[in-house]
Amino acid sequence: MTCLVDQFRPEVGESVVNVLERLGVEVDFPEGQTCCGQPAFNSGFQSEAREVARHFLDVFDATEGPIIVPSGSCGAMVRKFYSEMFEGEAAERERARCVGERIYEFTEFLVDVLGADDLYTDLGPHMEDTATYHQCCHLERELGVDHQPAELLGRVKGLEMLPMYRSEVCCGFGGTFAVKFADVSTAMLDEKLDNAAATGASTIVAGDTGCIMHMAGGLRRRGSDQQVRHIAEILDEATGPGDQANGAPA
Amino acid sequence: MLPKTERFKQGARETLADPVIQESMEAVYNGFHTNRQSAGQATEGWDAQRDRGRAIKEHTIANLDYYLEMLTDKVDANGGNVFFAEDTAAATEYILDLARARDVKTVIKSKSMVSEEMSLAHEMEAVGIEAVETDLGEYIIQLAGEAPYHIIAPAIHKSQDQVAEMFAETTGTDPGQTPEELTTTARGMLRETFQRADMSVTGVNFAVAESGSIVLVTNEGNGRMCTSIPRVHVAVMGMEKIVPSMQDLGMMLRILIRSATGQRISSYVTMVNGPRRDEEEDGPEEFHLVIVDNGRMRLLADPNLREALYCLRCGACLNACPVYRKVGGHSYGWVYPGPIGAVVSPVLSGLKQAKDLPFASSLCGACREACPVRIDIPNMLLHLRHQVVEGPREVRSVGRVERLVWKAWRFGNMKPGRFRTGGKIANLLGRPFARGGTFRRVPPPLSGWTRSRDLPLPASTPFRDRFKKRRSRGRG
Repeated sequence: MTCLVDQFRPEVGESVVNVLERLGVEVDFPEGQTCCGQPAFNSGFQSEAREVARHFLDVFDATEGPIIVPSGSCGAMVRKFYSEMFEGEAAERERARCVGERIYEFTEFLVDVLGADDLYTDLGPHMEDTATYHQCCHLERELGVDHQPAELLGRVKGLEMLPMYRSEVCCGFGGTFAVKFADVSTAMLDEKLDNAAATGASTIVAGDTGCIMHMAGGLRRRGSDQQVRHIAEILDEATGPGDQANGAPA
Repeated sequence: MLPKTERFKQGARETLADPVIQESMEAVYNGFHTNRQSAGQATEGWDAQRDRGRAIKEHTIANLDYYLEMLTDKVDANGGNVFFAEDTAAATEYILDLARARDVKTVIKSKSMVSEEMSLAHEMEAVGIEAVETDLGEYIIQLAGEAPYHIIAPAIHKSQDQVAEMFAETTGTDPGQTPEELTTTARGMLRETFQRADMSVTGVNFAVAESGSIVLVTNEGNGRMCTSIPRVHVAVMGMEKIVPSMQDLGMMLRILIRSATGQRISSYVTMVNGPRRDEEEDGPEEFHLVIVDNGRMRLLADPNLREALYCLRCGACLNACPVYRKVGGHSYGWVYPGPIGAVVSPVLSGLKQAKDLPFASSLCGACREACPVRIDIPNMLLHLRHQVVEGPREVRSVGRVERLVWKAWRFGNMKPGRFRTGGKIANLLGRPFARGGTFRRVPPPLSGWTRSRDLPLPASTPFRDRFKKRRSRGRG
């Protein structure tokens, strides 16, 4: 689970577990985990990032099976950037490679590993809402998870997906960038929120908690009625017990 | 050009507050960026062509000494002169000496980013040589006394009205002129200069090693006028602008032009093979090729940054970049703006002064996606950030507070207990100041966030606690 989810959006974590369990996946949460190290790494503080990454590897190297993370950013950090950070340390690099191979972003795991069909035939996801999808940058461009979220959302019955202009453009979060270059980040956020508002959707769906906190903070400041939710929350609600009890949607 | 790279934040603020520029910058995305995407989609095997283009650059840069020697030999054999300039001062001196020796009064220039590194037009004016930019965009910013705003569209930030006003001031034309009329005005003024110029300075889009040819890509035809009318032609190039063969050139032109403007081919592609030959009627009496290093060897020497030398100067990364579109070209403070500028400017003009540039990115990766040769700009920005924090003493520049913050961050993340307690403390301390679970204002170092966004209070029950409860319920 990512540190942002743990501390700021624990509901996202619960949704991830709910959906996975409904699909028959046995879920564990190694309690030793903290952060993957990305914030420091992206800020140039590689020594600090490396120590925290080592801790991450200690925790997850002791586990087995796929590691599922509801974030493209953290996934990319472990899968892609750990090997760069440990360039000079062969043993640590190997450990990073092994753990990295087990890392899956949440929607990537659902579609590419479990096969999305199971989710639809077994769980019949359904919810009444209008939503628009924001393509989170690291999910798309670092991990290459470019079609899985749309595929999952597109098959939720009753969920009307509205296309967003420039949905692939960054929301301006960028970690410490949002704080260090607050003016620039804000201008990017304003463009994103204007485009999201223009869709008329009641919900913005995204796949990374950083971007979600960023957009949610902006929406709240604007006093907007729109909400931002993680794709796991959408899938959780759509496959939730309420719907199953009611059977197929009317 | 003297770097003003330390002014990034100030420049960005000014640009964000300028509605005319913000409006103009939309064209960068809606025009260039969209056109590039359509051109790529319409080109069969586009991604494979980009891979091929990258492979050509990789090979050439890895064997740069070999191809530079080949190019030099061929240019010599074609009757031209080659001069290697270690820095801009040496390049400028060579060209000014040449101009004086040939009694040159008027120089016409076509677009050249390297000549911007040299501030060549200024340097010429300073010694009494008239230097006129002949690319329309460059001409406009020369009138305005500004640096280029974009690699291929130097005056993109100027509105039609601003250009009309400027022309009216300098030439006495009607300030209400339409773009067509403005172009005709500029054309008339430039035509007269073309005819009396003694010397031209052009850039180089590609230099072909096997034939000693230099290639210019333009849409206005000014490049061809520059290479054919004056008696002396000087071409200036960064040392990375080389391709091995004519066959490679074909591939590189395909990907450069599609990535730059979305065209399949530009209106003009001009190839110069040295000075006029005895049997030829047109062309210069002399041809000089000035090959400039100016810090490029530093890029070549660093395996983390070498890729920056693959750059074709197409501007696609600028057009794709959401930061560039907001902060504009001048905020980057030197010749090269946007993502590639944030890599190249610190290395070529000094990292300590330009330390903000590598950080002024959300690392969204749109630049790498747009780049015809897939230069991994985000990765190079990360490398430069690391240099600013942990690099050699002469480039390192991070405040003590930030160092402390990250030390504390590391401490908090080394043990799950500390991590959990940290969240709890933040929740308890923050609770009295939060409204509806969020803060409207927080103190530094996070104050930048709450300037425009509410910040959530950490959860009172983090996920780890919820998961534990869930498990104990499950077992109970």
